[in-house]
Amino acid sequence: MSITTAAAKRGRILGSAAVTWLVFAAALLLWELIAIGADSVYFPRMTEIVATGADVLLSGPAWRLMLGDAVFDIVLPSLATALGAWALSALIGVALGTALGRSSWAMDYCGTLISFLRSVPPVTLMPAFMVMFGIGVQMEIAAIVFSTLWPIVLNTVDGVRSVDQVKTDTARSLGTPRRYWIGMIVLPAAMPKIFAGLRLSLSIAILLMVVAEIVGGSGIGLRLSTTQSTVQYPEMWFWVLLLGVLGYALNSALLAVERLVLGWQPTRGDDA
Amino acid sequence: MSTMLEVSGLTHQYGRGERAHVAVRDLTFTIEAGQLACIVGPSGCGKSTLLRCISGLIPATGGSVRLHGDEVSGVPDDLAVVFQDYSRSLFPWLTVAKNVEFPLRWQQVSKADRRRRAAEVLESVGLAGVGKKYPWQLSGGMQQRVSIARALVSRPALLLMDEPFASVDAQTRGELEDLTRRVQRDLGSTILLVTHDIDESVYLADRVLVLSKSPAAIVADLTIDLPAERDQITTRESEQFVSLRGEVARLLQSPQVQRTGETAPETPATAGSDAAHGAASADAADSATTDSAKAAAAEAVESPDETAASRS
Repeated sequence: MSITTAAAKRGRILGSAAVTWLVFAAALLLWELIAIGADSVYFPRMTEIVATGADVLLSGPAWRLMLGDAVFDIVLPSLATALGAWALSALIGVALGTALGRSSWAMDYCGTLISFLRSVPPVTLMPAFMVMFGIGVQMEIAAIVFSTLWPIVLNTVDGVRSVDQVKTDTARSLGTPRRYWIGMIVLPAAMPKIFAGLRLSLSIAILLMVVAEIVGGSGIGLRLSTTQSTVQYPEMWFWVLLLGVLGYALNSALLAVERLVLGWQPTRGDDA
Repeated sequence: MSTMLEVSGLTHQYGRGERAHVAVRDLTFTIEAGQLACIVGPSGCGKSTLLRCISGLIPATGGSVRLHGDEVSGVPDDLAVVFQDYSRSLFPWLTVAKNVEFPLRWQQVSKADRRRRAAEVLESVGLAGVGKKYPWQLSGGMQQRVSIARALVSRPALLLMDEPFASVDAQTRGELEDLTRRVQRDLGSTILLVTHDIDESVYLADRVLVLSKSPAAIVADLTIDLPAERDQITTRESEQFVSLRGEVARLLQSPQVQRTGETAPETPATAGSDAAHGAASADAADSATTDSAKAAAAEAVESPDETAASRS
């Protein structure tokens, strides 16, 4: 019985995955057809965009798995900036959020300030960051950290506060030493909320990466603006597409990590 | 028998000045080693406050608690607590085995020993082979068994239980009651259990302490001289059980309990059909015990002969 239900479930999952990818492929095809019909330089055919992209990415020698210079000079540095800044933000955010959430008074003082900081659209601060850090990778990192920090902090505060009285009493009665308190009780309990914050801020990190690069003139952002101003529209569209792919891949990777770390949650386990 | 727990003049009040609420006033009693004692009292009488003071989770505002002679300040090492709310008390991010091993992490116990002892104690509560599951994958009764296993794994000198079976169904409650008595006998542990359920206190305990309404004070200290081997059906319909239950019920209804009050002298036991009446009316008054009354009625149908004998 369990075998048949497992098989049925697997069939259902495969089915739904196939359907969503079919819809995705249909959208690309629709693009192709509309582009053929429109016959506009601003709106190239999907096949042309993909072919250009393949040229850009796969123009390298065989020993580099055909990966072109663009991968090493543009895509990877951009990704490293976004992910590095996001990781830094996660570190600071979880630490700060834990400290604020554990304190009985800190959020009374800082709550409004943090809500305000979170409400400032990060893009509007770009000129200020350029003045403060100059043009370069420092400015990009500062912009990404500033805009991804607050969702992580607020979610961590929420999660840390979700440790209920019964768990506190239980942990104390079981003799949990103070120095293990954060690692063994508080953070595990807060982890679901922390991951929600991390996922939200990962998409913000990619967004800010592109904006900072367009403004600062580097990486994928620079290629976007250059191809636009030099009328290389197929390549411009390729970079847009690539950003979508990168965002999707990173989010999927984070979800996989989340499933691993939060496998204990009722709605995520095998029996769910 | 040596004295395990010595509570003297224990007082606890929340807040200060005019808004102060005295939850426990001047409680004095001792629990001998190897005893299974129940504290029974009306809801909201300060039972939980009392237990939290004894376990060192909150410092009492007056009086003292001594665990085998040592003054309790902070949570003592050789004391464990089982809470009513098992679903919140178990750590959902740890497997059952890791939950049970948890208290051993802070003691000088090797990893292999931890694993072995967790498996042993899980087996003794009837949960062999579920160590790899997560708590939410188990039923409520099984989850509470896990909390009991976790409390027992470090072999505490004193086990405190705060309304441990109030959140499970009547059938499971009976099983857990028998489990508690068996484990207590096998391990020779000392258990202090707090409940509002009269039947449960009499069925489980060697000794019942009856508390008054808030602020809690002891109105009676009864020795339960039922045979050590107890059975959910025959023990509950025995004349002795019915009379003891009636006595506790009458004590809980007495003016000393209703009026918040000073310690009253022990009321002499009254046996026979009067006691049964007293129990019945108390059951009706205290909705929490109607479940067990129904269960008793159902049992009566199953064995009419014995019931008729005990009621006549």
